[in-house]
Amino acid sequence: MVEEMNSPRVIEAGLEGGPGQGAVLWGKASYLLNLSRKHSLWYLLFATACCGIEMMQTGGPRTDLDRFGMVFRASPRQSDLMLVAGTITYKMADRVKLLYDQMAEPKYVIAMGSCASCGGLFQKSYSVLKGVDLIVPVDLYLPGCPPRPEALNDAMMKMQDIILSEDWRRKMTEKTEPRPQMGRGGILKRA
Amino acid sequence: MENALNKQAVSDDLMILNMGPQHPSTHGVIRFVITGDGEVMQRAVPHVGYLHRGIEKLAEGLPYPSFVPFTDRVDYLAAMFANHGYAMAVERLLGIEVPRRAEYLRVIVSELNRIASHLIGVGAMAMDIGAFTPFLHGIREREKLNDIIEELCGARLTYNYIRVGGVSFDFPQGLDAKIRAFLDTFEPLMEEFDRLITVNEILVKRCANVAVIDAETAKSYGLVGPNLRGSGVDWDLRRDLPYSAYPDFEFNVCLGRGFRGTLGDAYDRFIVRVQEMQESVKIIRQALDGLPEGEIKGKLPRKLKPAKGEAYGAVESARGELGYHVISDGTDKPYRVKIRAGSFNATSIVEHASRGLMIADLVVLIASLDVIAPEIDR
Amino acid sequence: MHFDEIVARLRERFGDLVGEADEPDPARPSLLPGVFVRADSVTDVCRFLHDEPAMAFEHLSCITGTDFKDSIHLAYVMTSYVHRQVIALKVKLDRDDPSIRTVEEIWATANWNEREIYDLLGVYFEGHSDLRRLLMPDDWVGHPLRKDYQEQPDYHEIPTTRENPLGKY
Repeated sequence: MVEEMNSPRVIEAGLEGGPGQGAVLWGKASYLLNLSRKHSLWYLLFATACCGIEMMQTGGPRTDLDRFGMVFRASPRQSDLMLVAGTITYKMADRVKLLYDQMAEPKYVIAMGSCASCGGLFQKSYSVLKGVDLIVPVDLYLPGCPPRPEALNDAMMKMQDIILSEDWRRKMTEKTEPRPQMGRGGILKRA
Repeated sequence: MENALNKQAVSDDLMILNMGPQHPSTHGVIRFVITGDGEVMQRAVPHVGYLHRGIEKLAEGLPYPSFVPFTDRVDYLAAMFANHGYAMAVERLLGIEVPRRAEYLRVIVSELNRIASHLIGVGAMAMDIGAFTPFLHGIREREKLNDIIEELCGARLTYNYIRVGGVSFDFPQGLDAKIRAFLDTFEPLMEEFDRLITVNEILVKRCANVAVIDAETAKSYGLVGPNLRGSGVDWDLRRDLPYSAYPDFEFNVCLGRGFRGTLGDAYDRFIVRVQEMQESVKIIRQALDGLPEGEIKGKLPRKLKPAKGEAYGAVESARGELGYHVISDGTDKPYRVKIRAGSFNATSIVEHASRGLMIADLVVLIASLDVIAPEIDR
Repeated sequence: MHFDEIVARLRERFGDLVGEADEPDPARPSLLPGVFVRADSVTDVCRFLHDEPAMAFEHLSCITGTDFKDSIHLAYVMTSYVHRQVIALKVKLDRDDPSIRTVEEIWATANWNEREIYDLLGVYFEGHSDLRRLLMPDDWVGHPLRKDYQEQPDYHEIPTTRENPLGKY
């Protein structure tokens, strides 16, 4: 954490005092809050297809995601980040939207793999959603079919950069733009 | 939900519980609508199709060799088998011979893949029951296998390795020794794994006598692979309808025997998988020892145009019979490709097998069937 | 039992109900042999193939439905554990109003296979216990595996096409 603050990019924060003297951490509230937010990204375990296996491998022993303070949660209400890992079909689309809506603000979405980004290999198929950004806002696109664990690791670090660079107050209060309601027997209208 | 509610008369003392499609224990996007009397289920109706990607329809628009990468996505935990089944069906349609060396390579990679798939299968079953460590052990070993296969074909998950007429790459130098080294470390690890989980009292208590599927029911529902053998039916395509180079090797077909409870319970299916990994090690050793020299690709015309006809190629995948029914109309694209996968049948039996189980045991049932969503939905 | 003998037994038992059968092709011996039967006799023939000890086709591998533009063919691919053999039993159905008896009582797995064919090809199975769409959503329009299937422009107001970002260059 100290190295991060001493990096040339950051001038708004610092640490004063040495060991045994009662150190003081100073900085802009926005920066310090972002710093803590970025180191506790909990992601929603949302594996639909092949990318889900790579996501599990990334969480596994070799490319350990825990060291970023990331742990998987099974419930959307406890998670900050939705990793859309895999193909989303139209039958699933309503549920993805529902899961996204259940997450608490601030929330982020990574479209992992080509299927989630644009339909990928299956973009000619009659039942596959051509990109998850048609139903939820996406912060980061990760190419690959499926992306390697290293790639997912990199995406997570980029996600942390995004979080560090944003204004947390705006992120907390802003409403995500309303998306078209899903009609004709979709879950959302009925509820 | 609405359908499930309409379909059955709901009396006051029954509750309806939805599980999935996003649920960590359903192994992908499968949904179960449980009708329960308290903790005891009357039935759990599976709802599938959340990963239906229309692969069969996509095949109709692609030339024969171009469809192979799509078959990877039919079973992403064990994609070699999915490649192999399709390649075999098209080879039967064309009536061509595959070189011996290619057949041996196919067997080696398939069996490596079977180990990788079963590691996830048994690890995930332990995880669903509540023990997280075996899953991480499985993932750790699977990484080593991924490295080996990556060195061979460049991909970790979606291999596109077994092509029509042969395989895409020969062994790089030194891979033989790496596979042997892996097998040498894997065998002691299996003993450790057995001590950790296989004879673990908690796992045995959770699995033994739970979700019993007798042989007749298993046959009627078309169960295949370890699920069928777990019920005591002695059927293995590798031995009984031999294909590829399997007649050259000696191996046992592992059967459920009611190890700690009734024949055909969840524990039998678990044990069959654990034993199959050991059999796979045997097969790989034999194949490495007897690996013949020669070509790795058969002689193929530039454009594959099989004459009119139908062929069915089925392999014994990690989840049982994975068959491709390919219908040709004489052009360079298949007229119809039907994929028959083991998880489809395994999921269809859930409604029958879940009657009278506790809700917590549903997770055991699903995990013991080792279903994978894209095989069900394709 | 050789495939020719199976066909001969079927002809002996069911007579005219059995239609043309595949001739073995010496150049391609590994093709899937198939025999056509009349659609209204499918349950009897399947029952016979399942129960007769000389056949014992206890395992229904899959039912393949194919749209041949003028008709719809169903192929029941079945395996015999005892005799280690795979054959296909085929029926030809009218494309405009395809309908056939279910074989659910013979193999329980037919339940889901038939639901899938009903979903993707629109074949109606008489006597089926639970004929609903299996893979597609309940409010889906059309049967995707038919050769003349037209995709809808949107589903639940989600567009089914995506603009190609390279299109404007």
